[in-house]
Amino acid sequence: MVSLNEYLLVSGLLFAIGFAGVLLRRNIIVIFMCLEIMLSAANLSLVAFSRFNLSEAGVPNYNGQVLVFFIITVAAAEVALGLAIIVALFRARRTVHVEDLDSMKN
Amino acid sequence: MEQLAFYIFSAIMLGFAASVVVNRNPVTSALSLVVSFVGLAALFVMLNAYFIGIIQVLVYAGAVMVLFLFIIMLMDIKAEKRRELNLVAFGGGIAVTLGFVAQLATVLSKFTPGRAKMSPLANEGSDVKLVGHELFTNYNFHLQVIGVLLLVSTIGVVVLSRRATK
Amino acid sequence: MPLPFIILFLPLIAALVILLGTRRSGQTSAMVSVGSVLITLACAIAMLFGAGEAASLTWMTIGDLTLDIGIEIDSKTRSMMFIVTFIGALVHIFSLQYMKDDDAKARFFGGLSLFMFSMTGIVLADNFAMMFIFWELVGVSSYLLIGHWYQKNSAADAAKKAFLMNRIGDFGFMIGILILFGLTGSLSFSDINNGLEIAEGASESKQAGLLTLATLCIFCGAIGKSAQFPLHTWLPDAMEGPTPVSALIHAATMVAAGVYMLVKVSFLLYAAPLAAEVISYIGCITALIAALIATQQDDIKKVLAYSTLSQLGYMVMAVGFVGMGEFDKQGPDSNIFDPANAAYFHLYTHAFFKALLFLGSGAVIYACHHQQNIWKMGGLKQKMPITTGTFAIGTAALLGIPYITSGFFSKDSVLAATYSKPHVFIPALCTVFLTAFYMTRLFVVAFLGKAKSDDAEHAKEVPPIMFLPLVLLAVFSIAAGWSFVSKLFGFDSHHIPHPHGLLIPVLASLMGFAGIGIGFLIYRGKEKDPIRIPLLANKFGFDELYAGIVRIFQDTVAYVAKALDQILIDGLLVRGLGAITAGTGSLLRRLQVGNLQGYAFLFGLGVIAIIYFLIISV
Repeated sequence: MVSLNEYLLVSGLLFAIGFAGVLLRRNIIVIFMCLEIMLSAANLSLVAFSRFNLSEAGVPNYNGQVLVFFIITVAAAEVALGLAIIVALFRARRTVHVEDLDSMKN
Repeated sequence: MEQLAFYIFSAIMLGFAASVVVNRNPVTSALSLVVSFVGLAALFVMLNAYFIGIIQVLVYAGAVMVLFLFIIMLMDIKAEKRRELNLVAFGGGIAVTLGFVAQLATVLSKFTPGRAKMSPLANEGSDVKLVGHELFTNYNFHLQVIGVLLLVSTIGVVVLSRRATK
Repeated sequence: MPLPFIILFLPLIAALVILLGTRRSGQTSAMVSVGSVLITLACAIAMLFGAGEAASLTWMTIGDLTLDIGIEIDSKTRSMMFIVTFIGALVHIFSLQYMKDDDAKARFFGGLSLFMFSMTGIVLADNFAMMFIFWELVGVSSYLLIGHWYQKNSAADAAKKAFLMNRIGDFGFMIGILILFGLTGSLSFSDINNGLEIAEGASESKQAGLLTLATLCIFCGAIGKSAQFPLHTWLPDAMEGPTPVSALIHAATMVAAGVYMLVKVSFLLYAAPLAAEVISYIGCITALIAALIATQQDDIKKVLAYSTLSQLGYMVMAVGFVGMGEFDKQGPDSNIFDPANAAYFHLYTHAFFKALLFLGSGAVIYACHHQQNIWKMGGLKQKMPITTGTFAIGTAALLGIPYITSGFFSKDSVLAATYSKPHVFIPALCTVFLTAFYMTRLFVVAFLGKAKSDDAEHAKEVPPIMFLPLVLLAVFSIAAGWSFVSKLFGFDSHHIPHPHGLLIPVLASLMGFAGIGIGFLIYRGKEKDPIRIPLLANKFGFDELYAGIVRIFQDTVAYVAKALDQILIDGLLVRGLGAITAGTGSLLRRLQVGNLQGYAFLFGLGVIAIIYFLIISV
């Protein structure tokens, strides 16, 4: 039987992997994907909490799952918009390497 | 048995997520992410969150990742060439990540309510109905707002993609 | 309203009336002032005959301390009161003529009235606080009056110099008062006197040390006010003021206030013999130096100013012998020979004849059209007989011509007081010789012989309003030595005990006559000074010395201030703050890494920190 802590541990590790990806990759698209990983990690921990917090009737606390629903929706919208921005950026700068986008330096 | 399943699906999820980070070819990264999401959906199902699991596969793996792949191919991004490592940045990233993991371990070791095992559910299978009930009664307003948000983002995408008119 | 308060406040009211009302009319102001001083004179005469008693008005209370306007009346107070008002009245009347053509008569008489108020306050005071307040007021009046012709730079500078040197002395005075207050818990003279008697037994050495310090500090006030060495240089410069001012303030009353104060608190000296020694030495040095300088001065007023310095030195010297001899501590009304009484006696006779000499010189200056150089006078005996005669009487009193003049008795008592210490007595005796010498020089050159300039040719006798005060003062110069007159003032001039019988009077008279003789011999009929001693003519170079010291001190302070300003304020605070801000700014600018991942990195750091502080280290 799996305990809550293990689900949380897995969720945390997933988040860490995603964050490492954000810090270490140079391609803006891949960075964006790693952001999605982080969001998913959060979703996992929310669902885990929702399942382990049973009310007296033995029904899970669905607030967590509703929240996950919203997160997924918003994430989808965000991906659409983000990619549109990246496309526009690509048209302007002709590069997807994040290191080349440093006009705000200092 | 359940524990074995948990380990397998966790391993799939984490392993392919690591592959996203490590791979130089963006297409490979995107496809690994798809597999990782499938693993995550499996974990959702193990948590009796069937609705969320399906949504995860449909929306995330189906729509979002496809969009990513479209964009990658649109912009014709090649595999990254090997560049010399900026040791400072690399070290910093690894350090922050390890810091996270260490903190995670510490917090979880002190989190005693988390040691509880799953207790059996009273209503197997009626997950969608209950979630829907919750959504449309208590979170009705939020649902409408989300609708508007989607509309706005659609409009935004159209605007952003316009070519400058001459 | 007790009589002393009338004497105290009437001149103040007169000064206020002049200030607020009659500024524009000089004549009216003069009349107001003269009127007030005549009324106070009448009151003072009444006081001489027994009227007036001690009184006290509480002025202010601070915690446990009350400051009063308190009045203490003893024989010295009565006699000093008479001197102040009498000479004050004569000076006022003299000034009516002397300052007749002056533009700022109202200001002059207002200043005179203010001075009368302040001096009266000093005379009547029964506690240190009141005395100090009026002490300062007298300094202010002196400043106003010396600088009466302020358009002249020398007069304005002299007024400033007088005030500043007084202030230096007053600083010491204040410290002395505070030490005494700390020792006895009170500021009034009688309380301090009693307090010291009680405390004499307990912890003698610590008390004695502090007491000596306190006495010396209080003496500083007298050094400043009575122009003793080393703060003596202001008095000759103060001659820039009008001559009646010199007569009143710088001969008879204000400078005597220092001696008066010492006499009043002479009970301190019984417990502080070291301080008394210092006092006597300073008095002796002043007397000798001043007499030496006077022998080479050419301005009639400067000669008289140095003469005043010298005689003040005598008085201070005498005070320094309090508690030395075998005479026990007695109250102020006794006739047992208390050196303080000798000093006071000399003060009181000196007031009369010095005022006479100054007013006489004023008459001469007036007659010779404001000529002050004695080598441009001469032959005045024929043209101004009354002035010459009164001046001669004054000179005789100053020299101490035996038995006729009051000066003889008072100088004699001072010399008797100093007899116990030969190293003070001998210089004092030499000063007698020098005094006779320079006064003879003055008299011979200015009054005898032929007229040496046109101004002297055309001199004529002054009007009665000016020579009447001279005559009155001459009478007093003689009469003050008489027994019954001096008894009125509290002591018997013919029965002051002398050690060694007539030795001292004889010695003093010999020195005096020798001085007169030699003076006559050298200066009879001369057209210019045959003796020329630059050191003495330059007043021993004290002014230059002080100016040099002040300049060195000022330069050092300025240098330090400049360094502080440049390094500390400019460099450290102003520019330093600017540099710190700029530095911090450029440091923080590095945080704007400009690339996405840098920001993400910082973000991650922040999250780690928050998790640590909120969750792990709760």
